[in-house]
Amino acid sequence: MAPYIGTATSRIDGIAKVTGAAKYAAEFNVPGLLHGSVVTSTIAKGRITRLDTSAAMRVKGVIDVLTHENRPPMADNDQAYKDDVAPPGSPFRPLYDDKIKFNLQPIALVVAETSEVARFAASLVTVEYEEVAHVTDIFAARDAAVPIKPPASPVGFTPPKARGQPNRALARAAVRHEGEYYVPIEHHNPMELYGATVIHESDGKLTVYDKTQGVQNVQRYLCGVFGMKPEGVRVLSPFVGGAFGSGLRPQFEAVLAVLAARALERSVRVVLTRPQMYALGYRPAMVQRIALGADADGTLDAIAHDAVTATSQFEEYFRQETGWSGLLYKCANAKYEHKLARLDLPTSCDMRAPSAPTALFALESAMDELAVALELDPLELRLRCYSERDQNHDRPFSSKALRECYRQGAEAFGWNKRNGAPRSMRDGSELVGWGMATGIWEALQMPITVRIALTANGSAEVACATSDIGTGTYTIMAQVAADMLGLPLENISIKLGDSTLPNSPVEGGSWIAASVSNGIATTVAAVRNELLELAKKVPNSPLANAAPDEVKLADGMIVDERDGSRSVSIADAMRHGGVERIEQEETTNPTADDSRARNTHSAVFAEVKIDEEIGVIRVTRVVSAIAGGRVLNTKTASSQILGSVVWGIGMALHEETLIDHKLGRVMNANIAEYHVPVNADVHDIKVIFVHEHDDSNPLGVKGLGEIGIIGVAPAIANAVYHATGKRVRDLPITLDKLHP
Amino acid sequence: MTKKPSEKSSGASKDPTRRRKVASGAGVPSAVAAKARPTTSDMVSVSLVVNNVHHSLALDPRTTLLDLLREHLDLTGTKKGCDQGQCGACTVLVDGRRINSCLTFAAMYDGAQITTIEGLARNGALHPLQQAFIDHDAFQCGYCTPGQICSAVGLLAEGRAKTADEIRELMSGNICRCGAYTNIVAAIQQAMGQS
Repeated sequence: MAPYIGTATSRIDGIAKVTGAAKYAAEFNVPGLLHGSVVTSTIAKGRITRLDTSAAMRVKGVIDVLTHENRPPMADNDQAYKDDVAPPGSPFRPLYDDKIKFNLQPIALVVAETSEVARFAASLVTVEYEEVAHVTDIFAARDAAVPIKPPASPVGFTPPKARGQPNRALARAAVRHEGEYYVPIEHHNPMELYGATVIHESDGKLTVYDKTQGVQNVQRYLCGVFGMKPEGVRVLSPFVGGAFGSGLRPQFEAVLAVLAARALERSVRVVLTRPQMYALGYRPAMVQRIALGADADGTLDAIAHDAVTATSQFEEYFRQETGWSGLLYKCANAKYEHKLARLDLPTSCDMRAPSAPTALFALESAMDELAVALELDPLELRLRCYSERDQNHDRPFSSKALRECYRQGAEAFGWNKRNGAPRSMRDGSELVGWGMATGIWEALQMPITVRIALTANGSAEVACATSDIGTGTYTIMAQVAADMLGLPLENISIKLGDSTLPNSPVEGGSWIAASVSNGIATTVAAVRNELLELAKKVPNSPLANAAPDEVKLADGMIVDERDGSRSVSIADAMRHGGVERIEQEETTNPTADDSRARNTHSAVFAEVKIDEEIGVIRVTRVVSAIAGGRVLNTKTASSQILGSVVWGIGMALHEETLIDHKLGRVMNANIAEYHVPVNADVHDIKVIFVHEHDDSNPLGVKGLGEIGIIGVAPAIANAVYHATGKRVRDLPITLDKLHP
Repeated sequence: MTKKPSEKSSGASKDPTRRRKVASGAGVPSAVAAKARPTTSDMVSVSLVVNNVHHSLALDPRTTLLDLLREHLDLTGTKKGCDQGQCGACTVLVDGRRINSCLTFAAMYDGAQITTIEGLARNGALHPLQQAFIDHDAFQCGYCTPGQICSAVGLLAEGRAKTADEIRELMSGNICRCGAYTNIVAAIQQAMGQS
C-alpha cells in the first residue's frame, strides 16, 4: 500500500515545531488575560485552620484570591469528579475544603493582571494548619498493605490466577533464586509545564487550551465538576509538550483556571511551576519479591511474583503488575500476589508502560541471577524458557517474533563475543559489562471515530479528537489517509486535539496508532463507497459493475483492482454527480476476539563502561530489537524506541523522587535534582524492527510508544553486574551502590 | 536491599496534632515582601531589538527576558520548561551568545540584539539546523526544540565542538525528555558539515 505507509516520512508538523509556530496550552494570548499563581500546602496531612490572603489582596494588580472559603460552587459528589480513566475511589477535589491530603496540594489561586504580580502575591498568602501524622514511605506502609481484592475494577488489573503447584515446584527445584527488588517513585517531568488558558468568550462559553492527553476526557470532567453543559466548554490541545501518562487524567491547573474564569468572567491562564508538578501523578514505588525455580538444564518450573505498590489514601491506583512474569516465560507453575499500600501522597498514575518496566526490572534481574546460578548464558536461558502460549490465559499469541528479536539483536550487538565471567572484560581503566533483558507490552486497540471530508479538488481533511503528544500521530494519520485515499501527503490535513471532533479515547496505552489507523481505513471505505456510487453514474462508466470491495483509490482515481485500466477520476465522479464535498464519519471497534493474546516484545542488549575506582557508569551501547507488528513510519517509530531507551537509562541510573518522610515532602522537586538523562548520558543506540505479521486488525499495527522502555533498566543492571560482579537490586544504580 | 523498614521514619511527629504557622508559596517573609511591593512608578523602560525588530517597553522590573518574549511580544516559540535555569527550553541568542532567558531580567538587556527561534529562518527558508532537525527527527513533542536549535546555533558559533562527544557535552544544558538526543547530535553534525 505504498507510497507512504512504512516509510521514513518526516513529521508533517515538523516545520511548526522547528520554527516556534506550534502553540502549546499556555501560549494562546488574548487581550485582558489574567494570570493565576497557585499556592500549595506545606504539610502532608491535616487541615487548614486559617488562610490569610489579605496581604496578597492588597498588592496592586491582584484581582482575587480564590480559596476553599470563597470559591464559587463546585460539585459535591465523587461521581462528578470521576474522569474516563479514574481508578476506584474518591477523586481529589482542588480547593474543595480545608482538608490537606498531600504536600504541595493546591490551596489557593492568586489571580492578577500579570504573572509577576500573581507570583509575588502568592508568596504573601499565609496559612495555619492542624497537622496530623502522615506516612509517605512505602516501607513504613508495607506491612499494612492489603491484597488487591478480586473482582476489582477496572477489570483485568487483578493478578492472574495461580497455575500448577508453585510451592511444591519451588521446593523441589534443582536451582532456585529468590530476591527482593525495589523501584522508587518516578515523575514524568514532561518538558512543558502543566498549564491551561481559559478564554471566556463573549457568549459566556469557555474555550480551554489545556495540557492533556485527552481533550474529551477533560471536557467531560469539567462539565461534571462545574455543572456545565457540554456545548458550553470546548477543550483543545493541538500540541502537547510531552506527557508520558501524566496527562491521561485531568489535572488541577484546568480546574483552577476554569474556576477563576467562571468566578471573574474573565479569561485566565494558570501555569504550574516545575516543583508544583510533583503534586501531579507519578510512577508508584514498587517493592517486589521474585522466586524462580528451575531444573538443572535451565527449564523454568516455578515463578512466584509478589508486589507491593503505593497509592494515595483516597484512590486505588494499580495496574497488572505481577502477571507479566508468568506470561513472558514458559513455566508450568506460577503464582502472584499484589498488595496496595496507602500513602499520604497524590494518587499514583500511569507513567510510560505502567507496571511493566518496574515488574520486568525484577523479573529480568532475577532471570539473570538464575542464569548465573545455572552457569548458563542469559540469552540461552531465555531461549530455553521461550513461551509459544500465553499461559496466564491458556491461549496462543496473535503473533510473537521475539525469537527473531533475540537473534537479530544479539547479532547486531555482538553478544557471541561476550565472556560470561564478571569483571572479565575491560577497556583501559574501565570495566566493561554486557547485559540483556526481554520486554513485553500489550498491543491494544480502542473504539475510535474518524471523520473524513474529501473535496473535488483532491484534498482531504481527516479529523479525530485524539492527541499527538510527540508520538507522531499527525504524521501517521496523514500517511494512512494519503495511501488509502490515493492522494499526495501534502493534500491531507489533520485535525486533532479538539473536544468537538469525533470521539477518541485518551492517548495512552500505545493504542492510538492501531486505533486511529484502522479507524481511518474504515472511514475511507465509506468515502470510497460513496465515490463508487457517483462513478457508476458517469456515462458509460467503466466501473458500472464493480463491487465496493473490488475498487481502490489511487492517484486521484477510483480504480477496479482486477483491471487497472477501468477507472474514473475522483474529480469527474464528483463533478458529474454535482458533489463538491464528500463527508463520512465512522466508528471502528476493535475485535472482540479474546482467543489470542496480543503483545509486543523486545530484546534489549546493553553495554556499560564503569570507572573501576570511582564507579561512574556510562551506558555506551544499547541495541533494542522490537517485534511490534507493522511499522507505519520507520522514522517516528524509531524515535519512539530511541526515546524509550533513554527513559530506560534514566530509570536504571538516574531517576528517583526523594521524599523527606519526616516532612512528607518531595525534596528534589525540580528537573536538576530529579535527574533525567541529558545529552552527555546517551551514546550509541541502535533500533531494530523485526518483521512481524499480525492480523488482529486490518493494518496489522500493534503500537510502539511503550515497548521500548521495558527491559532497558534490567539489561543495564545486568550489564553492571557483569562489569563489576555487584548485583544492585534497587534502582537507580547510583555509584555509591557499587562500593562495598 | 539498601532500604529497610527499620531505617524509615514512620511519620511527621510524635504529637499527632500540632499547630504551626507557615508562609506558603515562595516562602518570602511577609515583612520583607511587603516592602518589595511594586507600584507603577517602579516600571522600567527597556529598548531592545528582537529578530531585527526594535521594541521599546515599560516593564515590571521583575519581568524575565523569557516572559518579555512570551507574554509581551507574543513570541511563544521560546519555551518555559522550568523557569529556573535547569532545562534549557528557554535558550535564546543574545548578541549571538546562547543564554537561558528565564534566568535573567529583561531590564538587563537594554540595547541588546536578541534572536529567538522565530528569527532563524530567512526569507522563508529554514535555517540549516531547523532543516536538519526535521530530517533527523531530532524532536518528538517539540517543546524543547526551539531551545535545542538556538543552543545549537550558539554551539556552532562558539566553534568548540568537533566530535560527537563534544556536541553531547556542550548540548547537555538542553534537556529533551522525549529522549531525542541521538538524533539531535546527528542533526547538529549535519549542519556542521554544511557550515
